[in-house]
Amino acid sequence: MNANAPVKINRPLHWFAVLAAVATFLLLGAGGLVTSHEAGMSVPDWPNSYGYNMFAFPVSKWTGGIFYEHTHRLWASVVGLMTTILAVWICLKDSRKWMKWLGLAAFLLVVLQGILGGLRVVLIDADLGVVHGIVGQTFFVLMCAIALFTSRFWIELASRQKNFSVPRGLRGHILFVTILIFLQLILGATMRGQHAGLAISDFPLAHGKIWPDTSADAIARYNANRIEVTNVNPITAFQIILQMVHRIVALVIFIGVAAAVGLSVKRLGKKDSLTKLAIFWLALIVLQIALGIATVLTNKAADVATAHVLVGALSLVTGALWCIIAFGRNVAVCDRRIEEQCSQSAATISGETAFAANK
Amino acid sequence: MRIFSNFLLVAILAAMPVARAADITGVITFKGTPPPEADIGPTMTAASPDCAAMYDPAKMPTTHFYVVGAKGEFADVVVSLKDADGKDITGKSTGASAPPAVLDQKGCLYTPTILAIQTDQKLTVRNSDPCIHNVHITSTAGNPEHNDPQMPGGADLTYTFPKPEMFLTFQCDVHHWMFAWVSIFDNPYFSISDKDGKFTIKNVPPGKYTIEANHRKLGAKTQSVEVDDKDVTVNFTFEAK
Repeated sequence: MNANAPVKINRPLHWFAVLAAVATFLLLGAGGLVTSHEAGMSVPDWPNSYGYNMFAFPVSKWTGGIFYEHTHRLWASVVGLMTTILAVWICLKDSRKWMKWLGLAAFLLVVLQGILGGLRVVLIDADLGVVHGIVGQTFFVLMCAIALFTSRFWIELASRQKNFSVPRGLRGHILFVTILIFLQLILGATMRGQHAGLAISDFPLAHGKIWPDTSADAIARYNANRIEVTNVNPITAFQIILQMVHRIVALVIFIGVAAAVGLSVKRLGKKDSLTKLAIFWLALIVLQIALGIATVLTNKAADVATAHVLVGALSLVTGALWCIIAFGRNVAVCDRRIEEQCSQSAATISGETAFAANK
Repeated sequence: MRIFSNFLLVAILAAMPVARAADITGVITFKGTPPPEADIGPTMTAASPDCAAMYDPAKMPTTHFYVVGAKGEFADVVVSLKDADGKDITGKSTGASAPPAVLDQKGCLYTPTILAIQTDQKLTVRNSDPCIHNVHITSTAGNPEHNDPQMPGGADLTYTFPKPEMFLTFQCDVHHWMFAWVSIFDNPYFSISDKDGKFTIKNVPPGKYTIEANHRKLGAKTQSVEVDDKDVTVNFTFEAK
């Protein structure tokens, strides 16, 4: 990748990429609502809906969970179409070879994601639902990256004289926290994929203790006293430990992002765009933790739990874009140094040649 | 002479001890205060007003995990026999010739919510509602899983299950508060306690057994029981946890 490569700015392509990324974000929300309303299996067939062609399924039948699952499928079709157009557009109009590969990757990923969603329904496999959730988050990162790479900001990154490289330690720290957020999203998707409701329904304690009792007797007692309207599967010790790990990792992420802000201010300065992005990132993490607590205290209210999924996705994307921009800046600085060295070398060589000629 | 010999034969047969199957009866009692049931009304109203419209707003349905009478009579407890060592009795199913059991979807609820059948016995799932349901069956014991649509007025769905399983889950994802649990036995020796807490396991051959009472929330309790030619009474008491 060469940020200095002469690339023509294509504003319509960029704004279409942004639109596709926004559509993907909304699709994550629609998918989150499906799981939050336990509606993933409410349309038993795929790609048809109750025997109808998906696009001809009468609106009058979009009742209960069908509404969430069917609108998710329709919106996914829109995102699939937008991704296909985007990939073709990039292939035709973007001169960067790696961007063409990225467009192709987005197309393949959206196809894979659609098939995963369909197989989850047809094979009645809840584990595939977890994979579907994780691939959805990954696809969102990819779509946001494409939107970034087609932007004026990215293309002109090389020509900005103010750019200076991001220290390796800071880059490594933020990459680490971003990976941790991705792992946290996998934990979250696994928790939601259990379809067992809240394994721990109190906060800040857990079943009344700092570390909950997970003995067989305790689990039996928790289940005996849980009166659920939905999510009626019994909870297990594994699910309780999963939620405890999720809580601990959330704390580690908060500390990690707060440290990222401190390091950015120290190394890059308060006014640097990456410092501002890190501050935004911290605000997202604080919001995400508040939503996580609210998810517990509202007994996993569907809207709150879905907002938790969405802010989680934004947190991942923010970290990922921070890393990409830092990488891009370093490449740009590196290229500029090489150019300067080349210019100096050329000047030296031409000077030596002139000297020799004069001699 | 012939009349006399026939009479003698009948007298001998009548005098011979014949092993007779007996019934096991009993009462299940709940001691203590069960957790309060949850109101399904708000969820039903928000997700599916057409379902909520089937009820008087003042009498919306609740969950019924703990069906307990005034004197502690405990309903919906699955009582079954195991062998003397506490192992499942297998290979005794008469399910293939037994009449089908029926699970109905009525008022956007499953009726009954607790049911027991034999392996290979037909289970008919009916939709008595004017709305779409999906019948989603989830097994933890290797029974076939299904997710089938059932339109209003649609034909009954029929299932059979080859493996014994406690509390096989039936759910409707269109209406995500709808659940039923079907227990499957490889023998005919089981019963479910009624609203008076009473149960009867009929025609149990003589022998030593373990009798198990299993409640979906409170788990299982067991006792040893010996059956000869007389009916046996076994009672269970569950307590709040």
